[in-house]
Formats: sequence, C-alpha cells, structure tokens
Amino acid sequence: MSILDYNGAAIMAMKGKDCVAIAADRRFGVQAQTVSMDFDKIFEMGPHLYIGLPGLATDVQTVSQRLNFRLKMYELRENRKIKPKTFMSMVSNLLYERRFGPYFVEPVIAGLDPKTFQPFIASMDLIGCPMITDDFVVSGTCSEQMYGMCESLWEPNLEPEDLFETISQALMNAFDRDAVSGWGAVVYIIEKDKVTKRLLKTRMD
Amino acid sequence: MASTVAVELPHGGFSFDNCKRNALLEDKGFKAPKAYKTGTTIAGIIFKDGVVLGADTRATEDTVVADKNCEKIHYISSNIYCCGAGTAADTEMTTQMIASKLELHRLETSRKPRVCTANRLLKQMLYRYHGYISAALVLGGVDSTGPHLYSVWPHGSTDKLPYVTMGSGSLAAMAVFEDRFKPEMEREEAMKLVQDAIRAGIFNDLGSGSNVDLCIITKDKTDYLRTYQEANLKGVRQGTYRYKRGTSAVLKTEVKKIVLEVIDTQVKPQAMDTD
Amino acid sequence: MDSQMNELYGNNGPKQVHFSPYAFNGGTVLAVAGEDFAVVASDTRLSEGFSIHSRDTPKTYKLSDKTVLGSCGFHGDVLTLTKVIGARLKMFEHSHNKKMSTSSIAAMLSTMLYYKRFFPYYVYNIIGGIDDEGKGCVYSFDPVGSYEREAYRAGGSASSMLQPLLDNQIGFKNQEGATVVPLSKEKAVALVKDVFISAAERDIYTGDAIIVQVVTKDGVKTEQFPLRKD
Repeated sequence: MSILDYNGAAIMAMKGKDCVAIAADRRFGVQAQTVSMDFDKIFEMGPHLYIGLPGLATDVQTVSQRLNFRLKMYELRENRKIKPKTFMSMVSNLLYERRFGPYFVEPVIAGLDPKTFQPFIASMDLIGCPMITDDFVVSGTCSEQMYGMCESLWEPNLEPEDLFETISQALMNAFDRDAVSGWGAVVYIIEKDKVTKRLLKTRMD
Repeated sequence: MASTVAVELPHGGFSFDNCKRNALLEDKGFKAPKAYKTGTTIAGIIFKDGVVLGADTRATEDTVVADKNCEKIHYISSNIYCCGAGTAADTEMTTQMIASKLELHRLETSRKPRVCTANRLLKQMLYRYHGYISAALVLGGVDSTGPHLYSVWPHGSTDKLPYVTMGSGSLAAMAVFEDRFKPEMEREEAMKLVQDAIRAGIFNDLGSGSNVDLCIITKDKTDYLRTYQEANLKGVRQGTYRYKRGTSAVLKTEVKKIVLEVIDTQVKPQAMDTD
Repeated sequence: MDSQMNELYGNNGPKQVHFSPYAFNGGTVLAVAGEDFAVVASDTRLSEGFSIHSRDTPKTYKLSDKTVLGSCGFHGDVLTLTKVIGARLKMFEHSHNKKMSTSSIAAMLSTMLYYKRFFPYYVYNIIGGIDDEGKGCVYSFDPVGSYEREAYRAGGSASSMLQPLLDNQIGFKNQEGATVVPLSKEKAVALVKDVFISAAERDIYTGDAIIVQVVTKDGVKTEQFPLRKD
C-alpha cells in the first residue's frame, strides 16, 4: 500500500460559468479504521482561493500551515491579493523543494482571479508538477472512479447551482466505490460575490 | 530545522527534512507514491534554416492519463527550446531553472544565449544529481553559430545529432526518422516529418497520446505551434448527464458574502486652485 | 536476498527460480441487464506494457443464442478458458439434447474457475444473457470463481472508472427524489457507449473500438463503435 492511501481522501475541482467548485470527502481514518467524519481537507487561502489537500493527514495539515505562512509573507510584501496561478507556483515550489523527501499530498487548487474573476483550477503531483486544465481536476485514493464520473458528467458553462449538482454527484458516486474515503462531503461553490459551502448527506459506510 | 519558534527563512536548494521519516515509512512497507510521468514521445531535427522540435501532450500517472493536453516543449530562451520526457516535475523545474540562469547570463553578457551554453548548464546540473533527477531532454535552438540539436540524458550525458527522439515512444518516432530523414530539408518537409514521427509515437505507444505540439526555430524567428495537430478528438457523448436541481441531499448550507475591495480608482483632472 | 545467500553458501547454495506465467493484456468488459434483454460490451484493444498488440480483438464471446461472455485479463488464459467452455457446452448439448441455460453456464464457469484455485486463470469474467424466465441477467466473477447475479457490472482495466457511473445512472444511487424508471434497451446501449468513451479518455489500456452485443429472446445483435486510437 502506498502511504498516500494511509488516511484516505477524495478531492475534485470543476470549472463552471464564471464560477469554480471544489469538493472533498470528510473522512479521517487510519487504513480501514474510520476515526472521524468531520476532517477538513479543503483550506481557504483567500476570499476566492481554496486548496484541497488529499494524502497523508499529518502532511495535509503541515503543508496547509506552511502555505498559509508563505502566503501571508507574500501578501505583506506585495500588499495585494495573490493570483491563483501565482499561488500554484508557490505550492509547486514548496513541494519541489522536497523533491527527494516529499510531503505526501497531491494538491487541488480552485479559485477566481482577484481582479478579473477568471475561473482557475489546477492540480499537482506530490513533488509539485503543476497541471492546469479547462474542465476538472481530481486527486485522492479513488482518482480512477472520479475520472470516470467527471469525464462523463462534466460539461462546459454550468451555472453555479448546476455545477453544484454535477460535482456533488461525481464525488459521491466515486467515493462510494472506495473503501477509505467518503463518510460525508463538503462542496464549495466560489462565485464573484459569494462562496457557498454545503455539507452533503451521503452514505456513512 | 533550527528551532520550532523561529520562522522558516527562505533558503535555496533542496530540503531533505522529510527523508528520514519517509525512509522509515518505506521500511514499514508503505511504498513511496509515484509522481506524474510524461510517458512521452519527443523528437527534434535540424533542417536547412533551423530546428524543428515536436512533442505529444499526454501525461500519465501509472496507467491513467493525468493530463490530456500538457505542454512538453519548454521555453529556455527566445532562440532555444527544450522538450522534456521523464518525471514531469523534473523536466518542468529543470528547464525553468536553466531558463532563468541563461537569462541572467544574457543580461550579464548582452549576447543572445548559445545552445551549447544551455546544454552545458543542463548536463552539469543533471550530472550533479547522478540521474536522480529523471529528466530526458531534447534541446534545440539557433544561435550565432547556426542550428544545434542535443539530446540530454538523466545522468548528464549528451549527444549532438541531426535528428533525435526520446521518451517511451522514441523507437516509434526514430523508425520514422531513420526511414525519411535527409540533411538540408525544406521547412514544410521537416515539419511534416516531425509531425509524422510524433504521430507514430501517439498511436503506437500507450504512454504517448492526444495532440502534436511543434516548435520551429530559425535564425530570426521562433514559431511555437501549440496543438499543431489535434491527432485525437475527444469522444462525443450520446446523452447528457445534467441533474435536476436538488438531486444531491444537502445537510447544511453556509453562504459567505464577499465584500469586494476597491479594485480601481479613477482620478479626475481638476483645475488648480489658484485663488 | 541473493547476495545474502551468496555470503552464506557461496555460489553453490540454493537458488530461487523465478516463474511468471502471467501477463496483463488490458481491456475492459461491461454487462447490463434489462427487463427482457442484456447488453454485453467490451473494447477491442489488446495490449501489454506500453505497446498495442492488436486493435481488433473483441473480448466478448457468444456462448449461445441466450448467453454472451465478456472475458479479459491475461489473453492466453482467456483463449484457453473460452475454448474449454465451448467444449463443455458441446458435451452438454450432446448428452442432454438441449442448450445449457445462462444460469447453468454461470454455475459451471464458477466451478471451472475454482478448480484452478491454486494456479488460477488470470481472467475477469462477466456473463450477460437471458435467464430461464426470459429476464435479462448478469453474472460477475472473480478470477477464482466467486460469483454473484447483478443488474450491471464492469470488469477489467477500466472497471473502476465505469462502475460508479453505472451505480448512478442505472442504480439511481445518491439521487434524492429521482423517479426510478426501468432501463430501456436504447438507453442501455447509449450509456454503455458513453462510459466507454469516458474510459478511453483516461485509461491507456482501453480504446480503438467497442463491441456491443445485445441479447434478447430473438438472439444476439452485434454493433461496433469507434473509440480513440492513441
């Protein structure tokens, strides 16, 4: 078993019409044993910027804290909000620095540009190879299931409400076929003027 | 790490903080995860007025396609580009690093960078890491001494050749080159040859796929043709899978309004107060 | 390991002989049961490692007018297994003067697989067909003969990509207030094509074309549909 599968996670992000969505499961477990069902894997990095960190739970929290620190330093130095793409480079550099002793996380980034409000989604492998796409990105222990769902369900220019249904269905059905993720889900829909956070009712087995 | 209280200071180079812990985990039987690979077909040839570089656009994570349209032809300088195969992060970061070093060198010397300089920087960097940075590169460009094409291997050895291929699809692509390459080709003919070599990789090697990217570098112009050919169209679905709103059961909803900061201020010209 | 052995025994010590009789040749199979029909589909790519052996090798095998088998994994075992099944079906027909029913074929396959419990056929099997009552049925197997009757099942290299969408679209899983309508033949075939299109996008071992076989009381109809070739 890979150490990335030790705690279990499922995270995905999707682009919509002038909005982005990012969703994650809520399980924290140690291999087959579920420990809690309210574990945060998505972290707010700015009003329009979120990052999802699936992987080894200890690294999830360490990386989120290190990123928070670097982000604050950036915003103090530059006196402006970070662009999602710049933030992606920041994450990428943090991970590649540890090329030969990596953090076991495979991040997913979703956000809107702070000035133009252009949607942006990206994902990365554990040593920080960035991948920007125009449709969706997935990461976690059931990535194959999520790819299968997203590849069929996603379509361009979904309105925020429709995007919510699409990403929720994609995530729920994917993690129901994975033994180490699920147990509740959270979905963030990021729009220009508001962020809507919804907790989903899912199977709890 | 110095102290738990002191803040982390920015420092250069790799950090080996986690190595011991990760080795311990590996001893316990937790395998180290795999990074994205660019299975890849990359190729380049020298023609009459310059070089043509080509690449497919698939990135794989084991047997799953991670990125269907990734960029494998990396910028080094305006007259030098570099195709990368191997671990995706390594090719990306290595070429970025060499691009930045070469730009500083250009500013220092006020000269257009030479391909042999880029080649030496790359091989010295890769040799330093004894092949642990798995970047296999095809480096091409045109400088004051003419067109040059190199292949650079992960351990730091390099070849200077008129036509090269690399990656898992290199044999498929090389078969096409061995059959049809000749010196002093015209631009169109050279482009067609590289395109066909990459296509051979795309269709016959499972690690390569999607589209053909080309980059043509001549003495006074560089044409980066992203998605030069869409070799594989995405399948068209028969039905749509849109859901009625309210299909997913929601337990709790929280809305966070975002008060927009002043993004733009306009200053109107006013007459100076001269009273 | 070998170096430790050499230290202890020199070069005359015991040597471990490696024997790897299996290969993985990719491919995906899928079967869906409807009220009075069953759909069995597979892609037609045969591959190993990073190379493609064949672009036109369907992995569905018509066993009778009422039964189709989808079978993938190690192609050598697939060929042997289907050959033996064919022989067993003929023997049955000659001695009983009738065709074997779908449920009986499934039970027979299970015993055939378990018979090789400690040197298994490396094969994922899914049977689709019409049962004794004229209803559509699907039986899915693991390589050593555990089997189960289901409404739909995907198997092989892209099975984990296909299965969740089938759960959602045929099983209506996770859909609040959705009206459960019986699956029509047309919808089943369209869905099968769509899930294979999606799988071909992301699984390197799935592609080239799909073969869709629709089993009804009137026999088996076959349809082919192109997929990505990269």
